[in-house]
Amino acid sequence: MIDFPLSCLQPQEAAVYTALGLKSGSRPSSRSSVLLQQALELFKTCSEPLGLSEAIGKDEFADVFSGQGRNAPDPPLQKIFPRADSLLLFAFTLGPRISEEIKRLFASDDFALGSVLDAVASLAADQAGRVAEEWVERQAAGQKNGALPRAFLYSPGYCGWHISAQEKLFARLRPEKIGITLNESFLMTPLKSISGVLVAGPAVIHQFSEVYPFCAHCKSPTCRERGMARSA
Amino acid sequence: MKILKQIAQCLEIGDNAGVPPLVHQALAEGIVPKTILDEGLIAGMNTVGEKFRVHEIFLPDVLLAAKAMYAGMDVLKPLLLNAGVSSRGRVVIGSVQGDLHDIGKNLVGIMLKGAGFEVIDLGNDVAAEKFVAEAKSHDACVIGMSALLTTTMPVMKEVVDLLKKESLSGKIKTIIGGAPVSQNYAGEIGADAYGYDCAQAVAGVKTLTAAFQ
Repeated sequence: MIDFPLSCLQPQEAAVYTALGLKSGSRPSSRSSVLLQQALELFKTCSEPLGLSEAIGKDEFADVFSGQGRNAPDPPLQKIFPRADSLLLFAFTLGPRISEEIKRLFASDDFALGSVLDAVASLAADQAGRVAEEWVERQAAGQKNGALPRAFLYSPGYCGWHISAQEKLFARLRPEKIGITLNESFLMTPLKSISGVLVAGPAVIHQFSEVYPFCAHCKSPTCRERGMARSA
Repeated sequence: MKILKQIAQCLEIGDNAGVPPLVHQALAEGIVPKTILDEGLIAGMNTVGEKFRVHEIFLPDVLLAAKAMYAGMDVLKPLLLNAGVSSRGRVVIGSVQGDLHDIGKNLVGIMLKGAGFEVIDLGNDVAAEKFVAEAKSHDACVIGMSALLTTTMPVMKEVVDLLKKESLSGKIKTIIGGAPVSQNYAGEIGADAYGYDCAQAVAGVKTLTAAFQ
């Protein structure tokens, strides 16, 4: 069972400012600093983090990955998962209250606080993926000799894995158990939720040099950087 | 007029409690609502937008200013309606079908309102047909579309194609934005403009609507 303490999910202030567009070397205004403190307090009171994971075999995952047959041609994960040591389907949510609070703030014209809280929550949801990755690595490290395995979360909707694959992922994992539902567009509610597969194995399996057509539209190509940084 | 400058300055620092009394004061001084809007509120938001463009301030400061703008508009709106003052144009916005991410789109809507546009926000998960139908029914001059996922971007092209099919391309312009979207993509699908951020989106809508003014 993966534990998600709020202290591990709460983002660094600098990361929130960067997410909100503060340029490197600039200082936030005192008003913005006050907003961030308010948002962090709301984050603590409104978050209800819950995660769910389940091991899955490669053959079974191949079916989940294929989804509705709408993946981009030859996406990276297609080559990565067959070389993995282990695969875990994964879902996480910060719960409904934080999304409701963001919506309430916007509805009451408090968009500044709403947008800061939204940035905090988005970063926290991303951080949950890293918490899960590290948990998998710790588990795998205890079972294997030699090089430390690396785990990365891959999600439908990214890197050529079509979002419609969420349907099969949900049918297998049942994230409804932790309150996450899927709409007809394959998007999750609550909004601050993440899902995907945790792929554990030697660092080298996660590295790829190919540039795919969908990479041209990606403004956060962290796939390569994170693989390099954590495998160093 | 001093009071208009005070309104603009009050708005620039995001003092939402301070703006309405100043707007009332300007009205009491006999300044017409349209002038208060243009030379007080919108002038202040323009300064805020410019400071944001050159990274002198960042997003939360802009949004605090927008809240102050809204507070001022609450006072002016009924008077502007009574005076028959129209907006700078109607803009239909939404996150495309398959996308539930709407913060970026909301921010663009807030900024567009701050710039004097009437905004019809269709929310998120909006189908191509709905964008076009709503733009037609509201007599909008621009459709603004947002996407955060690469997998939902093709809906933007569907909207552009649908407008072409209905011979509305010149009448209803399109602007797109969102993390995976780029100027190149806008060109690729035939969208009229691309907004990298909310300030650029507003500038883009202003340019697109200039022909209709």
